[in-house]
Amino acid sequence: MSIYGTVRVKNGKYKIKGEFHHITPNMPIRNQDEGWRLMGVTNPRDMTYIHTYGGESVFFENLPKGKIFGTRCDNQDCEFKGTIYLPFRIYCPDCLFKNTVIDLTDVCKKTAKVHTFMVCERSGAFNTLDKPIKFINVEFEGVSTILMSYLSIGEPKIGMGVVPIFRTVNPTYTITDLSWVPKETQETDLPEGFTFS
Amino acid sequence: MIKFSKRQLKTPRLMRPVYLVTAGQSKFDRAMPEKKTEELAIDALTMASRLIDKTPAELKSYIHTAYYGHFADHFGDQLLGEAVIHDRLGLDPLGTIGIKTGGATGGSTLWEAVKTVASGYSDCALAMGWERMDEVPTDEGNHLISCAADKDWETPLGHIYTGYYAVMAQKYWQVFGKEEDSFRRTLAEISVKHHGYARFNPFAHAPMKITVDDVLKSPVVAFPLRALDCCLMSVGAACAIICDEDTAIELTKNTKNKPLRIWVTAGSHTLRPACRRDMEIPLLPHETAEQYADLEERFPGGERYPGFTGFLAARMAAYYGYHMTGINDPMKDLDVIELHDAFTISDVQTYEDIGLRPYGEGRDYVESGDCYHINPHTGQPGKLPSNLSGGLIGCMHAVGATGIMQVFEIATHLWKRWGEIHGNPGLWKEFDREKPDDWTDLQVKGANRSMAISHAGVGSHVTATILMDPDHLLKKDA
Repeated sequence: MSIYGTVRVKNGKYKIKGEFHHITPNMPIRNQDEGWRLMGVTNPRDMTYIHTYGGESVFFENLPKGKIFGTRCDNQDCEFKGTIYLPFRIYCPDCLFKNTVIDLTDVCKKTAKVHTFMVCERSGAFNTLDKPIKFINVEFEGVSTILMSYLSIGEPKIGMGVVPIFRTVNPTYTITDLSWVPKETQETDLPEGFTFS
Repeated sequence: MIKFSKRQLKTPRLMRPVYLVTAGQSKFDRAMPEKKTEELAIDALTMASRLIDKTPAELKSYIHTAYYGHFADHFGDQLLGEAVIHDRLGLDPLGTIGIKTGGATGGSTLWEAVKTVASGYSDCALAMGWERMDEVPTDEGNHLISCAADKDWETPLGHIYTGYYAVMAQKYWQVFGKEEDSFRRTLAEISVKHHGYARFNPFAHAPMKITVDDVLKSPVVAFPLRALDCCLMSVGAACAIICDEDTAIELTKNTKNKPLRIWVTAGSHTLRPACRRDMEIPLLPHETAEQYADLEERFPGGERYPGFTGFLAARMAAYYGYHMTGINDPMKDLDVIELHDAFTISDVQTYEDIGLRPYGEGRDYVESGDCYHINPHTGQPGKLPSNLSGGLIGCMHAVGATGIMQVFEIATHLWKRWGEIHGNPGLWKEFDREKPDDWTDLQVKGANRSMAISHAGVGSHVTATILMDPDHLLKKDA
């Protein structure tokens, strides 16, 4: 029976279950222009990686709960004490002290605006977002960095105000659980599985 | 880091002069099912030998260490590919190492080879780079390239690197380009120029005789970037031989190659553009803080530096390189350059980062005609021709080889051999390519100093390789 590969952590170790790879045969590559002589072979690879979020797991855990966490350097001796990071940085890049995890949900809801954007007609393999993908980079008051994400409704413009939405139904626990819509968007207009909180 | 200590801004110094002796490269193309990577690497090394009238065996007898640039193991499903190439080149049991810095891999490979010679560890080092991007379908290739972005915060967003890059292009287009049609046409002109110069380069993957309108009508990839604004995905290899002075003189005795002094410097910046914090603009030798005091007034939205409009890594590579070699104003001190034109817009961004024009005014380098072999407005030689190879848009982007290809190209100008090598009918025939009837010798007359910029991702790594004829140094103790 084929099941998705699943992983849990028990006693500090990964416990895996299910299929993590699928074996399919190599196939010859032949040259049609030269009597179908052999040129090479296909090497099928279908693998599932096991990846830890480590100290960032709190960020991804909380997206489906309608929360956006960032971090702040609270080291009294750091020249840049008080700097706030979103994307989440586990450690301060200046003093390398562990940052404090802070809830930025309200800041995001009240101050988010589009710093830049891009509408991309193409995607790579394994993409799960609808095309065209409306990439937006979102800036927030008091936050030193700019978050990359995507707009689910409307057309992006530099400077437009946006608010976060969260995939609270069937979350993927990836960065795609967070998206944005223009201010004043109604909850009934949100994509399936997404809510404002 | 947004502030630098004096120690971090120290001018780099080589412990002894280092020379580029020869270089070589394979044909570049989208796919080469007829050749394994090792065959391409041997093509490149054989060519390097031929340019100094040596057999490969004779040249190999000088090599003491080998540096291999190969970005993407997962494209070829071969880890330790460097060991395969090293073995096939017959260089075991010499010391060797692989270098990986994304699109800057070629430049970084040269950086390491130069340092090993400068330190005295080796008197002769091989720098060899390659890539083959034809071993997976294009959409899977796009996914694999997107893995060079942050795998948790960026890659799941479309698995398409263009999207992570193009947000920068959009910001530049709106802030410094002011969304003007004339600026869009200037970007297209870069593509026309690079595909056009590629027509005179037998190694080049995408020679085309096209117009600005052709570029503007090509399919949108990520607005305002269209297909003809984007670099190629190529297969190929390139190499360079780096030596100390005595070895350089011995290897080039009675040959057409004059040993060229070589320096390589490097800069870096956050893998995620999102993590760029606001900072003061580091100034190049010919710039002043005053010239940027009103940047925000002139270009509303341009208040952040480097923001999403500049590449700090390129600026720092130029900063170190100019101070190291005595370059004051690159427009006056250099004769020919090769830039990392991953996209037409990033070509313009780089003009500013390396000081060809001030921030916000990069387009003028194209519009003035300075970037051309022959300035189309004056009919006179361009002030500082760029990407006469065709660059990444017209010649190739076989990632690990690209930075070395650029150096091969600028070296041929300083050796005064550009026409001999690129015009060689035998090479056109060997590559099964038709030499155009209007083939033009793009040798930059009197070229004595040059630079190549090798660039990774959205600016995570950048190197500046500077070549000079030893009789035309700007700084005696460089």
